Amino acid sequence: MEAFEYAAPNSVKEAVGLLSSNWGEADVLAGGTDLLSLLKEGVHTPKRVVSLKNVSGLKGVSASRIGATATIAELLGSSSVPAAVRQAAEGITSPQMRAMGTVGGELLQRPRCWYFRNGYGLLGKDAKGKSLAPNGENQYHAIIGNKGPAYFVSASSLAPALIALEATVTVTGPDGEDEMPLEKLFQTPSSDSQRENTLQPNQVLTGINLPGGGARSATYEVRQRQLMDWPLASASVALKMSGDTVESARVVLGHVAPTPWRSSDAESALAGKAVSEDTAMAAAKAALSAATPLSRNKHKVQLARVAVKRAILRAAG
Amino acid sequence: MATKYDWPSAADRSVIGRSVSRLDGAEKATGRAKYAYDRNPEGLLVGRLVTSPHANARITRIDASGAERLKGVRGVVLIKDIGDEVQWTGAEIAAIAADTEEIARDAVRKFKVEYEVLSHLVKEEDVEKAGNRVVPGQENTEGDPSKALQEADVTHEGYYGAATITHCCMEPHGNTVHWKGEKDITVWASTQAVGRIGADLAKNLAADPSLPKVSPSDIRVITPVMGGGFGSKFNIDSWGVAAAKLSRMTGRPVKIMLDRDEELQMAGARPSYFGNVKVGAKKDGTLTVFDVESWATSGVGRGGNPALPYVIEPPNQRVRHVNVATNTGPARAWRAPRHPQCAVITHCALTDLAHKLDMDPVDFFKKNADLTARPDVYRTEIDKAAELIDWKEKYHKPGEGSGHVRRGVGLSIHTWGGRPHDSQCRVVIEPDGSASAEIGSQDIGTGTRTVIAMVLAETLALPVSRVNVKMGDSSFPPSGASGGSTTVGGVSSSTRRAAVNALEKLKEKVAGDLGASSADEIEAKDGYLRLKENPKKRIAWTAACRKLSTETISEMGNQPDRDGGKLADSGVGGVQMADVSVDMETGIVTMNKMVAVQDCGLIIDLKLAESQVYGSLIMGICSALWEERVYDQMSGVYLNADMEFYKLAGIGDIGELVVHMMTGVYDDRGVIGLGEPPAISPMAAISNAVFNAIGARVPTVPVTPDKVLAALEKKGGMA
Ligand SMILES: Cc1cc2nc3c(=O)[nH]c(=O)nc-3n(C[C@H](O)[C@H](O)[C@H](O)COP(=O)(O)OP(=O)(O)OC[C@H]3O[C@@H](n4cnc5c(N)ncnc54)[C@H](O)[C@@H]3O)c2cc1C
Ligand code: SF4
Repeated sequence: MEAFEYAAPNSVKEAVGLLSSNWGEADVLAGGTDLLSLLKEGVHTPKRVVSLKNVSGLKGVSASRIGATATIAELLGSSSVPAAVRQAAEGITSPQMRAMGTVGGELLQRPRCWYFRNGYGLLGKDAKGKSLAPNGENQYHAIIGNKGPAYFVSASSLAPALIALEATVTVTGPDGEDEMPLEKLFQTPSSDSQRENTLQPNQVLTGINLPGGGARSATYEVRQRQLMDWPLASASVALKMSGDTVESARVVLGHVAPTPWRSSDAESALAGKAVSEDTAMAAAKAALSAATPLSRNKHKVQLARVAVKRAILRAAG
Repeated sequence: MATKYDWPSAADRSVIGRSVSRLDGAEKATGRAKYAYDRNPEGLLVGRLVTSPHANARITRIDASGAERLKGVRGVVLIKDIGDEVQWTGAEIAAIAADTEEIARDAVRKFKVEYEVLSHLVKEEDVEKAGNRVVPGQENTEGDPSKALQEADVTHEGYYGAATITHCCMEPHGNTVHWKGEKDITVWASTQAVGRIGADLAKNLAADPSLPKVSPSDIRVITPVMGGGFGSKFNIDSWGVAAAKLSRMTGRPVKIMLDRDEELQMAGARPSYFGNVKVGAKKDGTLTVFDVESWATSGVGRGGNPALPYVIEPPNQRVRHVNVATNTGPARAWRAPRHPQCAVITHCALTDLAHKLDMDPVDFFKKNADLTARPDVYRTEIDKAAELIDWKEKYHKPGEGSGHVRRGVGLSIHTWGGRPHDSQCRVVIEPDGSASAEIGSQDIGTGTRTVIAMVLAETLALPVSRVNVKMGDSSFPPSGASGGSTTVGGVSSSTRRAAVNALEKLKEKVAGDLGASSADEIEAKDGYLRLKENPKKRIAWTAACRKLSTETISEMGNQPDRDGGKLADSGVGGVQMADVSVDMETGIVTMNKMVAVQDCGLIIDLKLAESQVYGSLIMGICSALWEERVYDQMSGVYLNADMEFYKLAGIGDIGELVVHMMTGVYDDRGVIGLGEPPAISPMAAISNAVFNAIGARVPTVPVTPDKVLAALEKKGGMA
């Protein structure tokens, strides 16, 4: 870990002022469960770390708003959280992560790609500029949206659930507050200078808004262990029902692409249908029809299909 | 022939064979126990290692000046020099000692090394691609395997293997070393070999002529508690030698403990093993032939010979083995070296053969128990394990079943030596009634301290709480390294003999008072010394000891001892069965239950013996389902040297564990080691259970979802 300056401002405005307009110079610290390991491994080497712990107004969980620094434990402790979000949060099984990790940090945590974490940059290139993942150990990597140069998968489990529920986020930067669909917070970087999210280096995520609207939602994670473990694939769905028929659906996959991956093919496959094993499977197939697995992750296509199918069946109850 | 040292008969035992909780359990659980990591002597410096970022390279330039200039840096020693090769990522190059860990880490980043990068190979599973990295190994033929394969009624060919795993000790490797005077070195070591570390360090220091000559007796090694070694902690290692040199340089104690990623990269790996197997049997299930072409990697070094075929030895066999030299962290002994991997190769192939014979594997293994060294032991144990896992109820033809979750059972058998190592123990009885065993052995987490106390207490007829054990210090009488499951036999034998000898002295002291003409007429029982013929004539332990006045009894006991009877033995068998569920859509395997039936001769502490088996099963489940060292061929980097993608089990991943020790049955053989045998079978048993569940063989462990789905696809889908 390189030495850095530490600041713990009292307001969002002050925090924004302490950040830099360039990536790499300053980092926001929320629960630190991800940032600290990035610092220790030398993946991030900021000159300043800006803690949000004294910033008031970023906490709290209600039916319509989740504060950026609300912890995963607080989220799980609230009765007003929709099923898909709760089930995604339940996948963060470690009590330590739940106690310290924040919802904002969960959305903005960096990818777990082992090339990135071993110092080869977000795009995982060796000294000659050659991409390591497509030629190497890509068993945990992307199966969709992986035409390059990005091959990692989005690490967030909450984002697919929140996107399925049409959540928006508020961000504050030097030009004030902005609100946008959560979907728009994520991007697939096309060069080394970009990140996996659209936040500006001097913007702070302040909260997540949930529109409500009574969709039936669910998340399903395919994971190997009960112990803290990353899903191999996950899917969140929100179904607006009219009787037994799906009026409209939102289907979002996690851990399969560089961003949470919304599948309009799966959504239209469900629209107007009654949910059954067959319609769920048809939607699952549609969701993965465009998959382009890498050399070692063909199995993830099947796992993602199962996640979509089981999330749909779970949402329908 | 019976000797006075023999273990008391079952009816006469009051401590041995009972379940006694680990004596240092509370101290460990509350953090009071002092591990090597916890030693912070006055003036401590912290050392960190400079390691190689390349998988294979020659060092062309070293510039320590940037590191040395940092304020708080006290010393730098080179482990490798210009011109030397580093042959895996993470290989040690230099060590830096500084006032704080932070400064030492900063200094490591300022330490510059330049390399000529050489080509590397980090993967061995595809042996065809290994080229000139293939090193010839064992070739062995018995009988006529080709003919036997032709003549067999049923044959089977298959590919099987196990990936490399690392030891991943809870307490990483390392030492705190203080070189105080010319001939006065103290090492607080995390080691399995208190008695060896001094000699190993002295030998390594002798290679540097600028240092004063030290002999092993100038070096005191202290290890009262240790956080796991599993075969990887026998040596002082480069970082221990460096800590000693840095201490010499600075006059201050220096601590170098590995980080988690260093621990996984350089401090021990269990070799992979892969094999193409051909087996054949008669119609009635009798195995006639085992033929294997196998390969393995131990890193850049040469590996050992495989233990193939494993346990079951048909008359016709052929083994053709090669080692693949890879630029990966070097192998070290891991709980029953080679056995777990060879159990996979053998018992998975035999289970597949049983399937072709249309035989239940329980019947097949029982039939072929005649081809093992202990047919009756295995038959008894297979029956017991089958009963405990409810095999008859749960077994079905491989792949039979419906629904997306399928259940299956599998089995494996194993063997191990576990002879007693050399050991000396001194038992001291003081006039105040205190009794202690002093022994230069180590408790590596196996419960050795408790076992010694129990033997001493049994022999002196005192409660366990009344005796002391002083161990984990090289100034006590020497005892062997804790490897090969040799400790329990060694220390229980030496302690028993020393205790009998010491008790005899005390008996002599009180013989007059009890009206006995010799010590032989006296026995110790329930805290008294009393006449064998007239138990009412007795003297309490403390009163007896008071008779010593100013004298102290101090008696030695040795293992081996020609006149000391046979207290320990070697050679055990064990059987394990696994019950798993497989999600046919995702390939995810979950553990329902594991049963371990194990023989280990006379058991001293039943609870700790069972605890060894529980630990083995948990370790085995990890390597069966998740654990795997992943290297990247392009960069040569060990990608998952962390606790995130180097996956171990949590408590919720284990399922139900049932341990059955064959107590009472083999007591006459004396004590036999137990640390290793139960760690052998889990991978094979679990792989076989998956085969039973899904009707397709996942060839290698760990049995991960990608491989399960591939095996199902190859078989033609779910049905
Ligand atoms: C061992 C381990 C196991 C885990 N297991 C799981 C699991 O099974 N499933 C799962 O889904 N997750 C898992 N996680 C991830 C965990 O949920 C996240 O690490 C956590 O939620 C991040 O929150 P944090 O507050 O600690 O973030 P921090 O570490 O503080 O921050 C993470 C990143 O987000 C940025 N950031 C944080 N908050 C803001 C903000 N308000 N505005 C702008 N930028 C911000 C930081 O600068 C940093 O780059 C695991 C993590 C670990 C370390
Ligand atoms: S890393 Fe694991 S073992 Fe170590 S202190 Fe944390 S929880 Fe305990």
